[in-house]
Amino acid sequence: MLRLILPLAGLAAALLLWAAGAAWLTQRMPVAADFAPLPSADALWQLVGGGDLWPHVWLSLKRVLVGLALAIAIGVPLGVLTGLSKRFAQGTTPLFQFLRMVSPLSWMPLAVMVLGVGDAPVYFLLAFAAVWPILLNTASGVAQLDPNWLLLARSLSATRRETVFRVVLPGITEHILTGVRLAIGIIWIVLVPAEMLGVSAGLGYFILDTRDRLAYSELMAAILLVGALGYALDYLARTAHARWLHR
Amino acid sequence: MNAPLEGGRLYGAGQPAVEGHALSARGLAYAYAGAASVFADVAIDIRHREIVCLLGGSGCGKSSLLRVLARLEAPTAGEIRFLGEVLTAPHPRAALVFQQASLLPWLDAAGNVGFGLDFDHQPALSRSERAERVGHALSAVGLAGHAHRYPAQLSGGMAQRVALARALARQPQLLFADEPFSALDAITRAEMQDLLVELVHRWHTAALLVTHDIDEAILVADRILLMGGAPGRIVREWAVDIERPREAQPVAVTALRLDILNALHALRAHSYEHHQTEGKT
Repeated sequence: MLRLILPLAGLAAALLLWAAGAAWLTQRMPVAADFAPLPSADALWQLVGGGDLWPHVWLSLKRVLVGLALAIAIGVPLGVLTGLSKRFAQGTTPLFQFLRMVSPLSWMPLAVMVLGVGDAPVYFLLAFAAVWPILLNTASGVAQLDPNWLLLARSLSATRRETVFRVVLPGITEHILTGVRLAIGIIWIVLVPAEMLGVSAGLGYFILDTRDRLAYSELMAAILLVGALGYALDYLARTAHARWLHR
Repeated sequence: MNAPLEGGRLYGAGQPAVEGHALSARGLAYAYAGAASVFADVAIDIRHREIVCLLGGSGCGKSSLLRVLARLEAPTAGEIRFLGEVLTAPHPRAALVFQQASLLPWLDAAGNVGFGLDFDHQPALSRSERAERVGHALSAVGLAGHAHRYPAQLSGGMAQRVALARALARQPQLLFADEPFSALDAITRAEMQDLLVELVHRWHTAALLVTHDIDEAILVADRILLMGGAPGRIVREWAVDIERPREAQPVAVTALRLDILNALHALRAHSYEHHQTEGKT
């Protein structure tokens, strides 16, 4: 019972703080009344019921999927290589750690210059941000493979293909899924600012657009929606992880 | 094909490998690349349906010997015959059990037991034959009702039963077990030791059990081989003809236990002397 009540109590407390903050701000500048929970909820209701918002949501989700797919396609093979080859790991670790610590948004101007305006630089930024947790988790998964699984495969005279597809890949899937979950979190965070530059649709664009239209309650609604969608994506990733392990 | 064997300094060495046995090895030696020998000049015969315990302290090379005998590693010298044929790769009818159950967590119990039966180098089985083998093996270890549980949902003893069933599903002529019960609590271990003896007898397989537990060796084995020295060799052998259940034969069990302890003591004294003389030169 407590497991249900405590999270709700936390959300309720945040709601109260939000209402109090908005009320305080409204005393100083009346326009801030739009930031309060009730107008925001009303705006969210209108937006979800209407047709203007959904194209932005679908576009953002599509970008998340493409960015994630690119990150997996690049991160898993590189991670396997890093986990298998000590030399490759030694040669690439400082470089990867360096690149990882550069905020992906720093690449934005360069990405737009090279890839042009549109979806391509956004895909690049998302993939670039998401590739590291996938790569690093895959590598640690390979390093943590139970050596007895490989012995078992050898005792069955497994071919190389059987060893890779029946033991190694399923054996590191847990770690890949952990990496994917972290990657989804990062992608979702990078997505909104990435969509504020050089594109004309998506949730990030929509937030800037509400600001320009002075539609502040819609801005708050968009923020709520971004949080809810992010929560849902993380929930999906967590569920996939738990299902794989049958816990 | 026979490698030249070193002279018969120790038990069994120098004679040709015996063809009628489940496994027969002569003149075996193994060393990691660029390191001293782990064991040398080892000869072993395992008869059909016989339980042999390989007893020794940690680091004596007994696990390495098991891996070489199962042909998971190539010996640096010597020859292994399995069912009369010279062994150059792991044999489909030799199965392994490890100290950890090492089940694949993404497969349920039945999936783990059947794992690998469909591999290219395994004897071809139809889907129904595979399912029958899996079901048979699972019920042999008392887990018939748990086929669809996953490793994360099994206790340590149950997981090790599944590992045993995985070995049985290959219908082995020889079961290689490397300290299979040493990670279990004492009560579960005693259960599993009884189960192993029962299964070996009912499934007409032989077993080579590596252990550092003297009591386990006495309770389970038909024959005990003591391994020691550096490089490791087989230094003593006991045929255990104590009637089962051996828990009911305290006098004979105690006598054998003392004999083994004395042999271990002599082995220590010998290696101590050896170190002393080495130190002087």
